[in-house]
Amino acid sequence: MLPELSRDEILRYSRHLLIPEVGLDGQRKLKNSSALIIGTGGLGSPVSLYLAAAGIGRIGLVDYDVVDSSNLQRQVIHGTSTIGKLKVESAKTKLLDLNPGIQIDVYNEPYTSENALRIAKDYDIILDGTDNFPTRYLTNDVAVFLGKPNVYASIYRFDGQVSVFYAKEGPCYRCLFPEPPPPGLVPSCAEGGVLGVLPGTIGTLQATEALKVLLGIGEPLIGKLLLYNALDMSFDFVKLKKNPNCRVCGPNADIKELIDYEEFCGVPSHDHEEGSAGAGHDITVTELAERVKTNHLKLLDVREPHELQISALPNAVNIPLGQLAARLSELDSADEMVIFCKSGSRSARGLELLASAGFKKVKNLKGGINAWAKEVDTNLPLY
Amino acid sequence: MPVLRIPTPLRAYTNGQSNINVAGANISEALTDLTAQYPTIKPHLFNEGGELRPFVNLFVGENNIKDLQGVSTPIKDEDKLVLIPSIAGG
Repeated sequence: MLPELSRDEILRYSRHLLIPEVGLDGQRKLKNSSALIIGTGGLGSPVSLYLAAAGIGRIGLVDYDVVDSSNLQRQVIHGTSTIGKLKVESAKTKLLDLNPGIQIDVYNEPYTSENALRIAKDYDIILDGTDNFPTRYLTNDVAVFLGKPNVYASIYRFDGQVSVFYAKEGPCYRCLFPEPPPPGLVPSCAEGGVLGVLPGTIGTLQATEALKVLLGIGEPLIGKLLLYNALDMSFDFVKLKKNPNCRVCGPNADIKELIDYEEFCGVPSHDHEEGSAGAGHDITVTELAERVKTNHLKLLDVREPHELQISALPNAVNIPLGQLAARLSELDSADEMVIFCKSGSRSARGLELLASAGFKKVKNLKGGINAWAKEVDTNLPLY
Repeated sequence: MPVLRIPTPLRAYTNGQSNINVAGANISEALTDLTAQYPTIKPHLFNEGGELRPFVNLFVGENNIKDLQGVSTPIKDEDKLVLIPSIAGG
């Protein structure tokens, strides 16, 4: 039995009730439905706002982060007044202001193999708006094991992807991406940046797909992947097929339970921690500040040239990480060298590359130039 | 000549180029031409044994070459080839 709509609800949703494809029964379906949104960031902002406005009866929000000033260029559900507050609480307040008649459940915890099945099992649909590969594989496997649709979207700079991975009716995320890319090949948005409006475009499409699936109308992107590029303003579609060798949804699937996704992907399940090259390979900014007083150290900045306009260290040589392998001849392996980037992740990969090329006297600046700006030279801006 | 669309994360290895003309009668030849033009992209597409890496998804038009004849899939001059990247931002 679908719930009835109150007099207030009929007025609130009147523009839905006027569409024959939704109507009163469709709106009652939405009131009776539930959606779990993984991530309350760039994608989670428009997704949760529109699903709340649409009258989804129960929305779950999973995120353990706090609102940061650098989020507000795109994470429009949060505001300057909620900087420093938990994202799930900031979002809940905004959503209940938009629509007090729905239920918002918050999960202020990392989404992991330990809690994901418990959290997701009572929701009708899962929306993947996370910012890292381990959580994307986890979200997929949870959806496959629970037999639920996974409305997928991801973004990078000007590119967006949207699909509905629903193993009962089509391919899953692993059918397309059986393995994650090697750590470091694909920069995160924290490293590579993202156009602020991009998650608005892509998240709105993601919310549209969720509503179509919940209402049972139209043609959801099952077996199709949408590729969007904001610079070209291009929308391309490709066909996705179920992979007969898929390890989670194929006929001979051998992954029957959740695994260690950080180990599988070789990266942590968050995209903003200070990068480290591991014990013995790092130097802290305070150590570096001492060392440069007495020693001659070569500083190697592996950021992109446009980042040098934001902040720079004097006398540093700039070779962007992508060019490092081809420009090794510009460096001397006899030099003591400190390699750095924005926060220490790219430089950690640069250190690996240098080490494999025989450079033995290189240290990675832990936390990058941002750590230097926080702890040593507070006149430098953070970004 | 078929045009290969390079996703943003790999453009660091193609001098920022997004669409590259590649010569060849099949996917294998087209990729050989690509890596001859831009050698530093090779390790991102192929493993040490010279096989396409599993996370590399290459489409001819709207079809994945894995659903066609893999790297032997024939291509025509007017074909659009698209490399689909794994991206994870949200």
